[in-house]
Amino acid sequence: MGLVSAAVLLLVALFVLPAIAGSDWITTFTSVAIYSIVALGFSVLYGRVGMISLGQVAFLSIGVWAGTRLAYATSIPFPLLLVVVGAVVMVIGTLVGLTAIRLSGLYLALITLMFAGATTVVLSVWDFPNGGHGFTGHTSVPDLSGLENVRRPSVGVGDTAYYRYVVIVAALMFLLALAHIVSKPGRAWAAIRESEPAALAAGVNVTFYKLWAFALASFMAGVAGCLLAALNGVSRAINFQTQDSLTLAATALFGGVFSVWGALIGGIFYQLLPFLFEAQWGVNPNFLLVVFGAGLLQVLLLAPGGLADQFPKDMANLGRLLARKVPPTRQAAFGLGSNFALILGIVLIVTVSPLLGLAAIILAPILAAQALD
Amino acid sequence: MVEIENLAVRFGGVIPIDGVSLVFASGTCGLIGPNGAGKTTFFNVMSGFVKPSRGTITAFGENLLKMTDYRRARWGLRRTFQTEMAIEQLSVYDNVAMIHEHSSAKRATRRADVLSAIEFVGLTASPKSQVRTLNVRDRRLVEIARAVVGQPRVVLLDEPAAGLPDQETEHLGGVIRRIPEQFGALTILVDHDMSLVSACCETTAVLDFGKLIASGPTAEVLRNEHVINAYLGTEEEL
Repeated sequence: MGLVSAAVLLLVALFVLPAIAGSDWITTFTSVAIYSIVALGFSVLYGRVGMISLGQVAFLSIGVWAGTRLAYATSIPFPLLLVVVGAVVMVIGTLVGLTAIRLSGLYLALITLMFAGATTVVLSVWDFPNGGHGFTGHTSVPDLSGLENVRRPSVGVGDTAYYRYVVIVAALMFLLALAHIVSKPGRAWAAIRESEPAALAAGVNVTFYKLWAFALASFMAGVAGCLLAALNGVSRAINFQTQDSLTLAATALFGGVFSVWGALIGGIFYQLLPFLFEAQWGVNPNFLLVVFGAGLLQVLLLAPGGLADQFPKDMANLGRLLARKVPPTRQAAFGLGSNFALILGIVLIVTVSPLLGLAAIILAPILAAQALD
Repeated sequence: MVEIENLAVRFGGVIPIDGVSLVFASGTCGLIGPNGAGKTTFFNVMSGFVKPSRGTITAFGENLLKMTDYRRARWGLRRTFQTEMAIEQLSVYDNVAMIHEHSSAKRATRRADVLSAIEFVGLTASPKSQVRTLNVRDRRLVEIARAVVGQPRVVLLDEPAAGLPDQETEHLGGVIRRIPEQFGALTILVDHDMSLVSACCETTAVLDFGKLIASGPTAEVLRNEHVINAYLGTEEEL
């Protein structure tokens, strides 16, 4: 079932969307695919191993940096560039992980967030991406418009061809994550997530497998960064802020961290909704932060599996309620009401008034709290 | 055979194990004592979670304390916990298989070994079922299957019958009794259910306030005056 859905989705993404969508939509879908890879790294770390890393967008930005510099400095083929950049970020991620895995819970979240903050500072001090000649090229001109674009793969020079290329790389990254989840590392991660002492007693080298997860998540963020560097042509430090890591974590949790589908939903929230708000509906996309916040609260209160897990259940509940097969329980009614408030809020923000919409959105977590026993 | 020599554990001013010397020879051995006697701390020392302040543990001729915690499982040390710790996200099969893949047992025999461990504990649920859907009894049995798969040498069972009704405790007792003959592993059972300890263990050791107060054949130990006093308390003249 999952495989069939994934294959259908991949075919739609590769052939149907490019046929019906305009060029700005295609660029947005490319970003969705790229950020889904980053969200997937977050899901592996939190959903599988139980480690909250709030530094995933920082790893992405290091990937953009390494990708940009290596593209300027070398002429290696693009697929090799992706792997090399992934490996560079993986080494950095593993080094950060080496320090971070001694901590857990809130402290791990804090140290990774501080890493994200430090990366932002370094990028802006360095005036990222800075210059176009060789690995250490430097320009003192603040205007970067004269810079050469980071090259794209020869089979994906145009926007649509590059979009297809990115979708295929993203699909490969999802397969890589799935291959881990269903094999020895995935089972070891599940044991660590359940209980570290029990995992140790089961013979799992907890430090090694935690580092492995960090390495995998940062490799994926590095590959995503290299893809983003080539999508942007010339990237700017201002596009990679510390809070982006938090927003990405919120959208990944909202999408669901226990299923790889959740990462895709996270990518859609993170990139497609702001595009719809700003470019299509003319609404300030910052309102989305409130939507993500309310959605995150709702997920934390009611549905730890996120939308990927909860949405089908809610729809089944709604179907049963409408068919009057079961009497409406308090939990189902408030749960559905909470979802309805969130959707209504988005519709109101876009169509009537942002304030009215925000009021409806704030109702969503309040209703979710009422649905608790 | 597991030989413990002059073992002591110190947490600041608290001494949960205080100079215990003891031998677990073979078969299923009981380790009992009132709450706070040091039984779980002893298991934690065996597992490598707690470092003793002095003493040695020799298991089948090897210095157990020198081994890194996770390597002890590969060597053949298995344990269950007071709070059941089967992995909710995985199926029954994967729960047992993950122990096998971190053990010294051969990969080629994994499937057969895992299925025979599941059959050994008498689990009626399908190996494909997710652990989160199982009841307490079945989860306990999954834990025992995890403890016996992949060539175990020493199996530590920490209150495996906690929370189980009598009939199910009886089934569990039958399973525990058969571990040494089936898998050749020395089994050490900690439990407060004396009927389970009597039914499973030929010998039993008793800890009280971190000290060994009795050891020997189970029936004799359970009649021992010091043991009865440790459990029931003594009358003190004021």
